[in-house]
Amino acid sequence: MNRYPAWKYAIIVVALLIAALYTLPNFFGEAPAVQVSSAKSTVKVDTATMARVEQTLKDAGIAASAIAFDGNSVKARFTDTDTQLKAKDAIQKSLVPDAADPSYVIALNLLSLSPSWLAQLHAFPMYLGLDLRGGVHLMLQVDMQAALTKRAESLSGDIRSSLREKNIRHGGISRNGQTIEIKLRDPAALASTKALIQDQFADLQTTEAADGAEYRLTASIKPEATRRIQDQALKQNIVTLHNRVNELGVAEPVIQQQGVDRIVVQLPGIQDPARVQAIIGRTATLEMRLVDDSAEARAVMTGGLVPFGSEKFPDINGSPVVVKKQVLVTGENLTDAQAGFESQKQEPNVSLTLDAKGGRVMRDVSRENMNKPMAILLFEKGKGQAISVATIRGELGTRFSISGAMNISAANDLALLLRAGSLAAPMEIIEERTIGPTLGADNISKGFHSVSWGFVVIVAFMAAYYMLFGLFSGLALAVNLLLLVAVLSMLQATLTLPGMAAMALALGMAIDSNVLINERVREELRNGASPQAAIHAGYERAWATILDSNISTLIAGLALLAFGSGPVRGFAVVHCIGILTSMFSAVFFSRGLVNLWYGRQKKLKSVSIGTVWRPATSGAVATK
Amino acid sequence: MEFFKIRRDIPFMRHALVFNIISFATFALAVFFLITRGLHLSVEFTGGTLMEVNYTQAANVGKIRDTVAGLGLTDVQVQNFGTSRDVMIRLPAQKGVSTAQQSANVLAALKAADPDVTLRRTEFVGPQVGEELAHDGLKALGMVVFGIMVYLAFRFEWKYAVAAIIANLHDVVIILGFFAFFQWEFSLAVLAAVLAVLGYSVNESVVIFDRIRENFRRYRKMNTIQIIDNAITSTISRTIITHGSTQIMVLSMLLFGGPTLFYFALALTIGILFGIYSSVFVAAAIAMWLGIKREDLIKASAKKDEDPNDPNAGATV
Repeated sequence: MNRYPAWKYAIIVVALLIAALYTLPNFFGEAPAVQVSSAKSTVKVDTATMARVEQTLKDAGIAASAIAFDGNSVKARFTDTDTQLKAKDAIQKSLVPDAADPSYVIALNLLSLSPSWLAQLHAFPMYLGLDLRGGVHLMLQVDMQAALTKRAESLSGDIRSSLREKNIRHGGISRNGQTIEIKLRDPAALASTKALIQDQFADLQTTEAADGAEYRLTASIKPEATRRIQDQALKQNIVTLHNRVNELGVAEPVIQQQGVDRIVVQLPGIQDPARVQAIIGRTATLEMRLVDDSAEARAVMTGGLVPFGSEKFPDINGSPVVVKKQVLVTGENLTDAQAGFESQKQEPNVSLTLDAKGGRVMRDVSRENMNKPMAILLFEKGKGQAISVATIRGELGTRFSISGAMNISAANDLALLLRAGSLAAPMEIIEERTIGPTLGADNISKGFHSVSWGFVVIVAFMAAYYMLFGLFSGLALAVNLLLLVAVLSMLQATLTLPGMAAMALALGMAIDSNVLINERVREELRNGASPQAAIHAGYERAWATILDSNISTLIAGLALLAFGSGPVRGFAVVHCIGILTSMFSAVFFSRGLVNLWYGRQKKLKSVSIGTVWRPATSGAVATK
Repeated sequence: MEFFKIRRDIPFMRHALVFNIISFATFALAVFFLITRGLHLSVEFTGGTLMEVNYTQAANVGKIRDTVAGLGLTDVQVQNFGTSRDVMIRLPAQKGVSTAQQSANVLAALKAADPDVTLRRTEFVGPQVGEELAHDGLKALGMVVFGIMVYLAFRFEWKYAVAAIIANLHDVVIILGFFAFFQWEFSLAVLAAVLAVLGYSVNESVVIFDRIRENFRRYRKMNTIQIIDNAITSTISRTIITHGSTQIMVLSMLLFGGPTLFYFALALTIGILFGIYSSVFVAAAIAMWLGIKREDLIKASAKKDEDPNDPNAGATV
């Protein structure tokens, strides 16, 4: 009765092999590396970049132990930090000649030394949280009300010009918070205004009220549109943050949405929160201006002076563009930019949407400047760049598109740049953590010591108290640790110091299952059961108890996971995984060991489970 | 080795009333301290800035306090953190000053006073986040209590669910009482520990209840009190050894985990110690007062003489 069929052993062996494989990367340690990634959405990192990095290092006489391209970035690994710093300087000089306008982010990083075949299997070391590796953590709250107010403001302008177009007379349009109030004098105007809003402004819903002799039509943003606007605002802010964070030269920045209106920014390895805040909080502006195409302006290309009333900016390729100083439309007037495809000419384009005010200006300007080029400038850190120069081909309004001479990815990049130019809604820092690198290393060693010492003492005690069965329990506990580390590595869940505490606690609690089993086996033996029957009954009866107690612990763990944030979450993840792995190791695996050892012996006389003490009065467990 | 050579069932339930009175007194005391002293909440809950700085030599806390006070900041706490060389500074949330500025100012002032200082970490939490955390913590507590009660009511019976939850909430309140009495810092990690204790200590009650259920099936001649006494007696060695093992781990955290994990481990220690007490003496006693009966648990199998799953049927006395 104490035998496992072959398939059960097969499961154990396969599980252990997989676990060992995924735990393996954690043992290789890390080597200093330099990471090259793109600083602009217009710059792509590819194998050509890798070749450049290789060449640069060869020229500088620096030996890299490995150079690899992983789809987004080129990583070069070095044997020591001295070479790493030298290499960074060399690559910086070669790839980023102009420090004020970097095309690439050259960042110091640590790379796992695990062999590449492990990486191909997606076996990576555990992902360490900021409290273990050091860095800056920020939580930003996006002011959604401001985003909605901004939207309502631009909608009210749009309504005003639409009413004018249709010659509907009104007694004034005003924005009241996030609603738009339109005063109307007669029922006919009210009806046509309502029809107009229904027809042209899908985002708005209206309610009407009589206001003395007049009528008042109140338009508010529909709930689903509100959600969409908020979502867009958040996404746009994330894109903008990505662009700005790139400047910091962080190897693996994390920028994530959290909840409905929050963004978490994690910058491993950064130690200067003030600089981070300065860069993140910066505002960028977008401007549309006419290109100066006078003869003097064209002479600038060949080294002439910039004519009066014009300015010179580089375009994305670095060649100069001379534009007039007069600003037609700013980023404030730009409500949307989307990459698309023009069906007639079969070419990619970018559609822009301006608000009513912008549209009005654009209409006048385009009428007067037909077939002349117009530039879109992006200002960041006080420096402008022409991100698009296009010729006006017709009368433009609130909606128009830029097309020609771009492929799909260029169109996407342009749309991104147009949208990312500014933040959709203001943000406020509501949480900030900076962890120094020494503290991170300290935390790792503290967590490691806690787990290892506790583990050693428990295994020693179990072996002394339960003899061979205790040793089996200890082995099961080791397997539990192995599985836990493997699952964490596989899921790439963030391991934090509370997570390490949870690991220690999980091991402390996992031994409970084995104690339950061992005590039960002893009890069966005490009651006179044969060794084989005792083992069988011990495992069978303990199982119900183990299941009950683990489920109740799991309920607590899941509640922590659901409602916890930050450190609590880090704790809860490991806690829950630990409970699940312990069910496998403490029951299934340890039973396998016991079966393997004792199961085949038909006439088993005794089992090594420590002292089975029997009261002198025979067999009486429950006498009174 | 065998630590527990118990000849006959220990009559725990004979003294149930005494235990319950002790429990109630401890509980009342904990509530009293919680009300009068309150919890010393960490920056995570209250909002504000926390800085940890490190000196190469033992830090002069008094001097640091003066330096920080010289910046015109009020209500600043400066204390050693773990070692004499590490210092923790708590600054209340201030309006109009960005956090980075605030911690940068303080660090600059400290550097001016003693160049031998390095910043280990800073932490800023906005007041709205703190409120949310407290809220979420309570929600999590509610969910844990609810989830466990439903599960126990489903697996056993409502009386057991009520008894287990009362016993374990009593643990939680006592842990909080300790934190209030000693004014230890109550951080998010401690909250996690408290909730983990709740799950862990229910675990304990479940083991005993499980044995009670089994005994009801097995020993048909015993009355409820005998059944409970037997259940506790036969699980006591497992209880002590399991808790001992967990405590070894927690102790290891207490010793090696550093100041960050200290209060976390401390909360667990109190939780484990009271967890043993409450599940052995409180949960079972409450279940007894609530009047658990054999019929409650074995309606379906009441007609059968033996548990069909019991391979040892008839092997016992």
